[in-house]
Amino acid sequence: MFTSTRRIRIGAATLALGLATSLSACGSSDPTAPAAAPAASGSAGGGTVIVGSFAFPESEILGEIYAQALEAKGVTVQKRFNIGPRQQTIPALRDGSINLIPEYNGNLLAFYDEDYTERTTADVDEAVAEQVKADKLRVLTSAPAEDKDAYVVTRKTATDKGLSSIGDLSKLVPFKLGANPQFGELGYGIKGLKSVYKVGTNAKDVTFVPIEDFGGPDTVKALVDDSVQVADIYTTSPALVAEDLAVLEDPENLISSQNIVPLVADSVYTDQLGQVLDGVSAALTTDDLIALRERVEGKEKADAETAAKDWLNDKGLL
Amino acid sequence: MNLLLGALAWLVDPAHWVRGSQSPLPIQDRLLEHLAYTAIAVVIAGLIALPLGCHIGHTGKGRQFVIGFTGAMRALPTLGLLFFLLMVFGYFLSFDTAPLVGATIAFVILAIPSMLAGAYSGLESVDRQTIDAARANGMTEWQILTQVEVPLGLPLIVGGIRAAVLQVIATVTIASYAGLGGLGRIITSGIGLNDYDLILGGALLVTALALVVDGLFALAQRATATRGLTDSKAARHRTAASRSSRPPTRENA
Amino acid sequence: MSWTLSNLDRIGELTLNHVRLSIIPIIASFVLSIPLGWLANRNAVLRSIVITGGSLLFTIPSLPLFVILPLIIPTRVLDETNLVVALSIYGVAIMARSAADALASVAAPTLDASTAIGFSPAARFFRVELPLAGPVLLAGIRVVSVSTIALVSVGVIIGSANLGYLFQNGKQRGILEEVVVGILISLILALVFDLIIVGIGRLALPWNRDKPLRRRALAPTPLPHDSEAPVLTGASR
Repeated sequence: MFTSTRRIRIGAATLALGLATSLSACGSSDPTAPAAAPAASGSAGGGTVIVGSFAFPESEILGEIYAQALEAKGVTVQKRFNIGPRQQTIPALRDGSINLIPEYNGNLLAFYDEDYTERTTADVDEAVAEQVKADKLRVLTSAPAEDKDAYVVTRKTATDKGLSSIGDLSKLVPFKLGANPQFGELGYGIKGLKSVYKVGTNAKDVTFVPIEDFGGPDTVKALVDDSVQVADIYTTSPALVAEDLAVLEDPENLISSQNIVPLVADSVYTDQLGQVLDGVSAALTTDDLIALRERVEGKEKADAETAAKDWLNDKGLL
Repeated sequence: MNLLLGALAWLVDPAHWVRGSQSPLPIQDRLLEHLAYTAIAVVIAGLIALPLGCHIGHTGKGRQFVIGFTGAMRALPTLGLLFFLLMVFGYFLSFDTAPLVGATIAFVILAIPSMLAGAYSGLESVDRQTIDAARANGMTEWQILTQVEVPLGLPLIVGGIRAAVLQVIATVTIASYAGLGGLGRIITSGIGLNDYDLILGGALLVTALALVVDGLFALAQRATATRGLTDSKAARHRTAASRSSRPPTRENA
Repeated sequence: MSWTLSNLDRIGELTLNHVRLSIIPIIASFVLSIPLGWLANRNAVLRSIVITGGSLLFTIPSLPLFVILPLIIPTRVLDETNLVVALSIYGVAIMARSAADALASVAAPTLDASTAIGFSPAARFFRVELPLAGPVLLAGIRVVSVSTIALVSVGVIIGSANLGYLFQNGKQRGILEEVVVGILISLILALVFDLIIVGIGRLALPWNRDKPLRRRALAPTPLPHDSEAPVLTGASR
């Protein structure tokens, strides 16, 4: 008597646990989950394309554009967005966690070669194509659209202190500069400010304030309420217009071209993939980016997927 | 192993302790920030939770609330709570102050349950007979509370504070992702730069800090244990694990 | 409300993923902690090793653990396995102590009696000790469940697609509603999991159902006895 009812109860409990475990197994077919095995490298190309993105809205939009354009042409696509900065995405490309990501040619080159001297789109494209070969990656044709880092101040600061170019910042010292952690280390960041424009040569001149949101709302807010006097806000940000911010000119070309370019692993590259993405790149302009960001980050708060789909439809790419 | 050695080397490098260095350095600034945020949050939470917990433990009213509340608070996702408060305060405070206020409130919210439960269970663990005897002796309710219940329940009360402090230390680490300073800033900078020296170095610092604080509190708990409370009757009110005759506070050593 | 309504798909996807990421650590913690708890009860030395080891593991901050795991175990940088393993580690750290306490709470006379009846050591463990330790184990698992669900969202920082995305994205785009929805669903998930666990407990431990109110109040929710200090820090990691 004791044992048989006990067995039933234990059986029921185990069944419940079993259901729970199988639920977790079912959930594994979730398209946002990573591929179970590393992508076969060294094969002839093709197979599932895993599209990644950086952890800010513009990158997610671009990732969606690539993903949807490819899906429309019959390519199997998995999405793995919001990974983090380049320091996390490149390792992800290297170990096959992702195999396609929308990149910025200048900053990508900077990642491989901190002191690169190329500045124009054509030069940067050529140089970066060389650099990524070592990681079995390739860059496709870059788009006319650009999104550059920029040294930004408020309109008031610009007019009060007579600031029009980055070099004028020496009139502003000491000041606080807000940007994401990478900015403190990168060539066009604090270091470049010092070496190219001779700003911040004394230790106390420039105080670096790391902000984690890649020129997003926190960075804008910090600039607007004067917690920092200069910020790194990207040129397609809707905030530049909304908050009437002044982008400082860059006559020395400290910040090189930053065209949107697809970075893809050799293992999944096919001519078809190249064609589709080249078509997308050809149609993408800087104004398009600004408009897309406005939809997703501005009043409408559209989600990246919808904004991407609408753009692709407009351009007849779906 | 190399990574560990690299991180340790990074930690002891005097260059990283130079005042006025670029964020996330110098190390001592982040450490002090971390301690400061923790201390402020714990004090504020203590001012709210300890009296409340003592009241509930003494009068016995509201114990169901405490149990439910403690459980519910544990379920709050830290990152969500932090971001929520930061956004709300971001609407009307400046970039510098919003994270401070928002994050401190988050720390306080997360610290209160442990302290509340600690105070309440500390008082509840006191043998009813002792309290009755005190009452029979003519002590007032206040005297019972301060001279009998709190002293006897002190180990558990301190245990609750200990849990709360560790909680806040861990939360402050995550808060750097939302704009705060502290040791977490070293870790997030490291993640952003893919620099394992920073990541591991920061992690080691936080872990070391937590262990030191935990150790200090363990000593405090031992120190507050009243001698003579080791007979089996009192032990039954506490965890059943105390088969040995050592005082219950040794369990957490 | 409008944001929520137009993004139900995405919210559902993230929730499902969140659930999936939570289940495995919870089960793993339960399964792994029982042998650990058994070990801890053999002698005082083992006990202090297990308990101290657990406390130590627990003080490791979550963020760096997610990032460093790929260096220790053969996973890739973005694999969710890192998250699951880290959460399991925390779960075991919490649960090992509960398991040790649970098994220790079984009265010695009962164990002696069962040996006297003729149970073999193995049978005695599975059919007497474990079931009697059940209530405390259940309480421990409830804490692990709540902590795990709360902690999964931190994984968004290594790109994991779970409810944490709602927090990050909501903050980046200034959509307070998104963050609130994320918090609410987290809480609901924790509640649902808790109910399911209690339900399983009732199925597997029927004698526990009709305990007098006082005992029941003590059993299901672990009170912060000094031995359970680590248990309470679960949510924040």
